[in-house]
Amino acid sequence: MTKKNSPWATVYMALVLVLLYLPILVVVLFSFNSNPGRTANFQFEGFSLQWYKQLLDPVTGYGAPLRTSLLVAFWSVLVSAILGTLGAIGLVRKPVRKSLLGRAGNVGLTLGEQVAVLPIMIPEIILGIALMALFVLLGVPFGMMTLVLSHVVFCVPYIFITVRGRLASLDPGLEEAARDLGATPLKVLTSVTLPLALPAIISGCLLAFAMSMDDFVISFFVNGPQTNTLPLKIYSSVKVGVPPHVNALCTLMLATVFLVVAISQLWQAGAHKRQEHRDKAGRVKKLAAKMLTKPTKS
Amino acid sequence: MKSRGVVGKYQRSREPLALPMMLYGVLFVGLSLMYIIGLSLMTRGADFNAGAPFGAHNYARIFSTLYLRSLLQSLRLAFFTALFCLLIGYPFAYFMAKASPKARTWLMLLLIVPFWTNALIRIYGWKILFSATGPINQALLGLGLIARPLRLLYTDFAVQVGMIYAMLPFMVLPVYSAVERMDWAMVEASRDLGASPARAFLTVTVPMTLPGVLAGLVLTFIPSIGLFFLSDLLGGSNTMLWGNMVHNELLKSRDLPFAAALSVVLLALTGIVILVYRRMGGRAESMVF
Repeated sequence: MTKKNSPWATVYMALVLVLLYLPILVVVLFSFNSNPGRTANFQFEGFSLQWYKQLLDPVTGYGAPLRTSLLVAFWSVLVSAILGTLGAIGLVRKPVRKSLLGRAGNVGLTLGEQVAVLPIMIPEIILGIALMALFVLLGVPFGMMTLVLSHVVFCVPYIFITVRGRLASLDPGLEEAARDLGATPLKVLTSVTLPLALPAIISGCLLAFAMSMDDFVISFFVNGPQTNTLPLKIYSSVKVGVPPHVNALCTLMLATVFLVVAISQLWQAGAHKRQEHRDKAGRVKKLAAKMLTKPTKS
Repeated sequence: MKSRGVVGKYQRSREPLALPMMLYGVLFVGLSLMYIIGLSLMTRGADFNAGAPFGAHNYARIFSTLYLRSLLQSLRLAFFTALFCLLIGYPFAYFMAKASPKARTWLMLLLIVPFWTNALIRIYGWKILFSATGPINQALLGLGLIARPLRLLYTDFAVQVGMIYAMLPFMVLPVYSAVERMDWAMVEASRDLGASPARAFLTVTVPMTLPGVLAGLVLTFIPSIGLFFLSDLLGGSNTMLWGNMVHNELLKSRDLPFAAALSVVLLALTGIVILVYRRMGGRAESMVF
C-alpha cells in the first residue's frame, strides 16, 4: 500500500468538512438576512445589516456579559499561567515524545499532577456541581470571584501540559551550561528557562483564554445573580426562541476566533522559523513541525 | 531525536515550584469531588443546605423508572455517538494522516477552528437547520421529496446528530495521531507478503491504531452523558438525559444532596469507562494529545 490518498478520500474529507461547517455557515448567512421576522421563520430574503445594528442597541444588553466574560477570562488566564507554568517547571521529569500535550496522564504521575489535570478528563457538569457545592460550603458569595476560581481549575491543565511538553523537549544542557557559567538558579530560570518556554506559555494561554470565553457548563453553576457571561447570555436568548440578532453576535464571535487562530498560527510559524534559525543542528525542527500540526484539545 | 528532557541536576530544587498548582488542584478538584461524594449521603435541608440523617437514601431513589430510563437513554445516546464518531471520524483521520504535510496542516486547522468557537453557536446553527422552515426542510420541499415539512427540531434525532457533531473531533484527533505515528513499513511488508489491501488494513493498520480508537471512544462516550445544554436546545420535552436530570434536581428542585448522588453515579460511570479502557491496554497519554 502506498502512502497516498485516492481521489475518493479527498471527496470524503471535503464532504465531512462541509458538514462540519454547515451549521456555522448557516449562522453567518442568516446574520445578514433582511427577513424581519422575529419568529422561527428561516427564509433568506435579502442582504441587511439590521441584526448588527440591533446588537449595538443597549436594549439587547450584550455589553455587560461581554465585559464579564473578558474580565473572567483575563484573570483566569493570568492566574492559570502562573500556576501552570511554575507547575510545569517543577514537574518536568519524563521526556515527552512526539506530542504537544504530551504524556500527561502517565501511570507514574504523582497524585498532585493527576489532580491538576483531572478537570479535562471528567465531565464538566460534575466539576460544575462540585465547585458550586464547595463554594456554598465555604460561604464564598457567587459572582466574579467564584467564576474566576472555577475557570482557573480547567485552564491550568491546558497551560501546564502545553508548557511541560515544551520544556521536556529542550536540551537540559542549555540550563546546565548557564549554571556552570555561574548563573544563580533564579537567573537560569528567568533568562534561560522562561524565554525558551515562552512560545508554549503563550499558546497555552490562548487555548485557556478560548476555553474560558467558551465555557458554559461550569459558569452556569457558579455564576452569581449580578454576573452573566456571554455564553450564559447566549444560552438564555437561544433557549426559548431563535432571535435573529444572535446570528449577528455569533458571526462576530466566529470572526474573532478565526482572527485569533490565524494570528496564533502565523506567530507559531514565525517562532518555528526563528527557532530553526537559532538551532543550527535542527534538532528542534522536527519536533516544532510536529507541534504545529498537532491537535490541541478543545 | 534524543529527547532527554530537562532532567538536570537542578531539577529537584525546582520541584517546590509546582506546589501552588498542586495545592490549588487538591483544594478545588480533590476536595470538591470528595465533598459531593459526602454530600450525596446527606439529606437536603432548607435553602441549599444539607445535613443529617446520613445514609444511602439518595441512591435508593435513583432506582426508579424515571431515573433508570434516563440513564438508559443517556447510555444509548452516548453509545451511538461514540459509534458514529468512529465510523465517520476514522476514515477522515486516516486519510488526513496520509495527506501531504501541507494539506495536513490545513486540514488540522479546518478541523480545529470550528471547535474553538462556542459550542452554543454551533448548536444554534443546527437549530436553524432543523427548524420547520429551515434550510433542510426547504431543500427537501423544493426537491419534491416531502409534501409537508418534517419535524426535525426538538426530537431525539436532532440531539443525536448534534451530539455526534459536537464530539467528532475528539475521535478524529486521537485516531489521527495514532495513524500518523504508525509505521507504514509494516503495512507495506504485509502487502509484499501477499495480503490484500483489505486484509492488510484489518490485520495490520487497525491493530496498530487501536490505542487511538480506544482513546477516541472514551473521549466521545463520557462527555455525551453529561452535556445537558445540547438536549436542552435540540431535544424535545421527553429527551431527559442524565445531565438534564442533574441540572433539574439542582436548579429546579434545589435538592443538592440528590443532585450530588446523580453526579456521583456519572463520576462512577466515568471511572468504570476509564478502568475498562486501561484494562484493554489503553494508556492515559493517548487521551491527552
